[in-house]
Amino acid sequence: MKSAVITFPGSNCDRDAVDALQKIGAKIQKIWHQETKLDDDLDLIVIPGGFSYGDYLRSGAMAAISPVMQEVKRLAAKGVKVLGICNGFQILTESGLLPGVLTRNAKMKFICRAMNLRVENTGSAFTRGYKKHQIIRVPMAHMDGNYFADAATLKKLEDQDLIAFRYVDENGNLSDAANANGSLLSIAGIFNEQKNVLGMMPHPERAIDVNAGSDDGLALFSGLMDR
Amino acid sequence: MKLRILISLKKAVLDTQGKAIESVLQKNLGFPQISQVRQGKVVEMEIAESDPAKIKKIVDEICDKLLVNKIIEDYEYEVIQ
Repeated sequence: MKSAVITFPGSNCDRDAVDALQKIGAKIQKIWHQETKLDDDLDLIVIPGGFSYGDYLRSGAMAAISPVMQEVKRLAAKGVKVLGICNGFQILTESGLLPGVLTRNAKMKFICRAMNLRVENTGSAFTRGYKKHQIIRVPMAHMDGNYFADAATLKKLEDQDLIAFRYVDENGNLSDAANANGSLLSIAGIFNEQKNVLGMMPHPERAIDVNAGSDDGLALFSGLMDR
Repeated sequence: MKLRILISLKKAVLDTQGKAIESVLQKNLGFPQISQVRQGKVVEMEIAESDPAKIKKIVDEICDKLLVNKIIEDYEYEVIQ
């Protein structure tokens, strides 16, 4: 698998993404955001977490119009897989590759802890390594992760089964307490219609080693490898 | 010409910053008569253009492409001579 990890000014999880991709044996290109050409034979593009442009204006808004994003859009339209994590999810919504927007956490707190996620849809390259409704432990660390979209968009996400992960309690149940950032429908991650673009607030690349708390994120990356 | 663009969160969107400000004004500073605080953003800039129609076109475009996320925000602007 040939992958690219994009670095924006203020990205800080690009190294973690590279580590995760190395662990599954992927070929990796490290790409600066001013790049205007990406290889056509890429299988995966990772938009990593961090605080691109210091989260100025709106999280992800300025990175969304970096030159490289034109290429990300072009390749995503051709079916190349795109994974946006945390700030990467914010960049994908701001660029229009995914619907909705990530707003300030409802309780106005930066949340940095392991979350229980329920895998809602295993019918994608990103989630085929999991069982339906499997509960995984993945850390998150953000201030703006409160998923918001209009009613029509939420209905479409549900009707077309485009919700990848939801925040749940340890028994797999939805609750206000488990939905720490206040996201509508407890959304932690969503796909585009073709399911080749995934955006998620929690960090699977930080859950690839049991010695560091969890390796529940590894199946997401290994699922992306050719089978 | 100087432009001032005012960006505000739509009514339906939870304004956490406005709520925090409201709480501090009411409880910590003792202004119980204040409520419904909403926080927005002001972006000021110089624009080398004087035709109001052309200014509107440019403002609409920069708001659409960068300054405003129309899912959650509205905007208005004024030209300051």
